[in-house]
Amino acid sequence: MSGPTPTPRVRMPSTAKAGEVIEVKTLISHDMESGQRKDAAGQPIPRKIIKEFKATFNGKDVLRVDWHPAVSANPYQSFFVRVPETGTFVFTWTDDDGSVYKAEQKVTVG
Amino acid sequence: MTRSDRALTRRDALGLAAAGAAALVIAPGTAEATPERVAAEIKKLFGDRKPIPGKIKLELPSIAENGLVVPLGFEIESPMTEKDFVKSAYFFAEGNPNIEVAAFHFSVMSPKAAAQIRIRLAKTQDIIAVAEMSNGEVYTAKKEVKVTIGGCGG
Repeated sequence: MSGPTPTPRVRMPSTAKAGEVIEVKTLISHDMESGQRKDAAGQPIPRKIIKEFKATFNGKDVLRVDWHPAVSANPYQSFFVRVPETGTFVFTWTDDDGSVYKAEQKVTVG
Repeated sequence: MTRSDRALTRRDALGLAAAGAAALVIAPGTAEATPERVAAEIKKLFGDRKPIPGKIKLELPSIAENGLVVPLGFEIESPMTEKDFVKSAYFFAEGNPNIEVAAFHFSVMSPKAAAQIRIRLAKTQDIIAVAEMSNGEVYTAKKEVKVTIGGCGG
């Protein structure tokens, strides 16, 4: 049941005024297999979800979110950040199997 | 971002159709979550600090036709300064096989304690939000969602 490599997508402005509050919208393709389902033969399908989402800016923590099996497949998440200066946001999604999927977005203040 | 949103929605819809078919073979007798289990989890997190109703705006549909994708949004009243901010926000589903939904941990880089996600709901139930503030206060909010087609749990 392992699908293609999850692809993260991030939507946010690439420029901002200093201190501006901007909305970040993220999405990643992933089955988020809850561990509650059974396959056609009646065997339980093991849990495999992304268990943590994290956003950092220039290496500093911005937001960390624990996800449980109740998070829908292809998890979407939007949230707000403040942009104090030019820098890079790094977004990581950590899978149950230890894989880490990553996206980056540079935001220029000026 | 309209164009790509539409593309994503279409792909999501296809995935959902497949997941919906699989949902029909969900096991009977799966451990049920209950309001008591949510209350116990909140007590485990916050001990004797009793959650006070308020400060959390919880956005959920009153009726969800498809329990596999239910939009959940929230905003918690707070100035979000270095001295006065929301530390964490927890969400629980009283009627899912696993009561935990998601937990958000904010920082000084968070200008507001607000976010949106999409969740699965196995059946009609209450969703409980609990927010922990930097001064130790704990707030709570709750909203019922009527689910027409269950989200096959957890």
